[in-house]
Amino acid sequence: MVPKKDVLLEVKDLRIEGYSDEQWIEIVHGVDLTLHKGEVLGLIGESGAGKSTIGLAAMGFARDGCRISGGSIEFDGMELTTTPEGDLRALRGSRIAYVAQSAAASFNPAHRIIDQHTEAPIQYRIQKRVEAQEDAMELYHRLRLPNPDEIGFRYPHQVSGGQLQRAMTAMAMACRPDLIIFDEPTTALDVTTQIEVLAAIRDIVDQFNTAAIYITHDLAVVAQMADTIKVLLKGEEVEEAPTEQMLDAPSEDYTKSLWAVRSFKRPQKERPAEADSIPIVSVKNVDAAYGKIKVLDDVSFDIYPGMTVAVVGESGSGKSTTARCITGLLPPTKGEIQFNGESLPPRYQDRTKDQLRQAQMIYQMADTALNPKIKISEIIGRPAQFYRGVRGAELKNRVDELLDLIELDPAKFYNRYPPELSGGQKQRVGIARALAADPSFIICDEVTSALDQLVAEGILKLLDKLQKDFNLAYMFITHDLATVRSIADEVVVMQRGKVVEQGAKDEMFTPPHHPYTDLLLSSVPEMDPNWLTTLLEERGTDSIGEAANV
Amino acid sequence: MGDILQLVIKRLGLGVVTLLVISILIFFAVELLPGDIAQAVLGQAATPETVTALREKMGLDQPAILRYFQWLGGALTGDFGVSLISGERVSEAISGRFINTLFLATYAAVIAVPISIILGVIVALLRNTLFDRVANVVTLTSISSPEFFLGYILILYLAVKTNYFPAIASLSTDMSFGELLHRTFLPALTLVLVVTAHMMRMTRAAIINLLASPYIEMARLKGVPPWKVIVKHALPNAWAPIINVVALNLAYLITGVVLVEVVFVYPGVGQLLVDAVSKRDFPIVQACCLIFAATFILLNLAADVGSILTNPRLRHPK
Repeated sequence: MVPKKDVLLEVKDLRIEGYSDEQWIEIVHGVDLTLHKGEVLGLIGESGAGKSTIGLAAMGFARDGCRISGGSIEFDGMELTTTPEGDLRALRGSRIAYVAQSAAASFNPAHRIIDQHTEAPIQYRIQKRVEAQEDAMELYHRLRLPNPDEIGFRYPHQVSGGQLQRAMTAMAMACRPDLIIFDEPTTALDVTTQIEVLAAIRDIVDQFNTAAIYITHDLAVVAQMADTIKVLLKGEEVEEAPTEQMLDAPSEDYTKSLWAVRSFKRPQKERPAEADSIPIVSVKNVDAAYGKIKVLDDVSFDIYPGMTVAVVGESGSGKSTTARCITGLLPPTKGEIQFNGESLPPRYQDRTKDQLRQAQMIYQMADTALNPKIKISEIIGRPAQFYRGVRGAELKNRVDELLDLIELDPAKFYNRYPPELSGGQKQRVGIARALAADPSFIICDEVTSALDQLVAEGILKLLDKLQKDFNLAYMFITHDLATVRSIADEVVVMQRGKVVEQGAKDEMFTPPHHPYTDLLLSSVPEMDPNWLTTLLEERGTDSIGEAANV
Repeated sequence: MGDILQLVIKRLGLGVVTLLVISILIFFAVELLPGDIAQAVLGQAATPETVTALREKMGLDQPAILRYFQWLGGALTGDFGVSLISGERVSEAISGRFINTLFLATYAAVIAVPISIILGVIVALLRNTLFDRVANVVTLTSISSPEFFLGYILILYLAVKTNYFPAIASLSTDMSFGELLHRTFLPALTLVLVVTAHMMRMTRAAIINLLASPYIEMARLKGVPPWKVIVKHALPNAWAPIINVVALNLAYLITGVVLVEVVFVYPGVGQLLVDAVSKRDFPIVQACCLIFAATFILLNLAADVGSILTNPRLRHPK
């Protein structure tokens, strides 16, 4: 039993309300939380579980439109719920610090990184400007940022996302706080960059013996970082246990379902014999550029009917640009796109209606891809009308049929608007809209990456079923290798606008790999709490530094 | 920095093209007005012979296109022709008055711009408080009242009843600068009241718009005090819209002051324009319109450049 004096933060029966539809609704229903000095607590759960809200409440902070309505938050003997705002402010940045999800958005674009770093130490008169700057550089060294003596003098937009995230961790450390709240600090990063940031965070928290609350929806990540894991669901605690125990023997059904979520896997289909089949889509030696900047370099691959080709790579590798070339949004500067063996005009404006109909697209952000002011029936009905000339009662039947296909009840959803739907339902509508055109080929651009795991699983299963029913070919753009493993037949790995490796999925997941594929594969966090440690040992610290600058 | 220079040159080129189009519009709009200029100058009693003679003398018998290019060529060298009424050179008639208008605009701007930006920051900081509401109501009232009405109210209370300031802003060459400021205070104040509301509300909106940004939340979570969150973290990112609305209002101060000048009998370009229109003195009307258009374009160009320069992404490229 840890003695009481080591308790840093004790939250009891915390209740938080959010304001919506002109009334206060409770969103966190009495959560307890105890954190000792130097301890790292992982908070996990799906979106809407109240993770961030609880994390911010630990700083005595509630976002606009939220309020702490009950319970107590005791930080080092101080009751935060009754502390006046001015005294709370004095805690923030000095004794409790915060690391936000997107460092790119959370650094002020108008000021240099180091000036934002030194703001708190100068304000709290802990250090003078020059000392604070030297200390910042020291922290940049420890976090293994490239050019640590110089990087702080750049503006945020001049530094990459992974480096910014480390700089933000350094900023949180500026006043050597007792507690840091990490709010999904690696969610927006590529897997290869994520490792850097995870390793850096873990090191620095260890070195200064800082307590932390680590918020994430990714179990494998939290397994690397936390001593204790607390699972949340809809503002309530499901269970809490030490990390090893939680991973080995979760007691609640909900936790078990989270653990099991990556179980969906369908067998790989083989490519038909070359002689008697032509690919539905064939990308041939395509180069493309935005202005003068070349983004695709000699990209070639084929997609056969009824098969799923996953295109993987980090952000900036040219995955989405390839999709834009196939759809004709960005005419290639060299090479061509073939459809069923016939060359397609490079610009979509020059393609026939039938050519356009054959290739449809589903987008990452269903939120922004659906017009919020148009009814679901019209969103789905429009392509059927435009491409197929379906009208009147026949159109209504067609929309009902499509809603049935995506497992949404036509009677309930026909007349609704997108904002009334959940994220998963919106993505299903996006799928129905693509299906409405009777395509033979669909580009799925990161369709599950904005969704919670359970919901994403449902979408993948639906896509798989539709593929069987309609013999659809998919080009599946993703950076998530777990998704690739569950749904792909063939894999194309891209890096900096080039295809570095392609082949059947099972082959890709069995060694030997291309070095880049190997880096991608080994960077995917695993549930084993020792995964990160083992990996870092294998790679050696030097290669880590290199990977960071990829 | 090379990119910014290129951008500025591009905008400048666009401005020149716009001005050219406007010059065409101005010239031919005047051309389309009913009635004959020579006839108008000479009056109803003139014989047809004298009218024809004057038309030839003024070059009115030549085709419109030719006269346009002659006019444009003259305008480029600062020669806008001769006033039809007084026979004075247009450039001379305008220059003194344009300086007066510029002086009044500068006077009003020097007061209004800092006040409205500071007020805008304060109401953004105190948003949804009583102060915010009162400031909104007061500035909205002043923006919704016609400026001649505001002018007469000010004359009534600050000139007629109390005698603090003169009601008529007549100028003479031997005035000291202090006397000049005193004498032109009422028209300047009227203009300040008209433009402040717009700029203040835009400053407030631009700042509040940014308050939901993650970097503002980050600043608050670092323990930065509220006033510093606004001044140091929000304001530097809000300059672009603020600069644009300031430029728009500065342009108004120069081109929209006609009524105020009439109310205070101030010898600016606005008054000259009103006189010229009523007397059909077309060369003066054309010259005034062209100068107004150029002012407008130049100020908007300055606003564009200003918003580019306040954007750190453009100022510090990768």
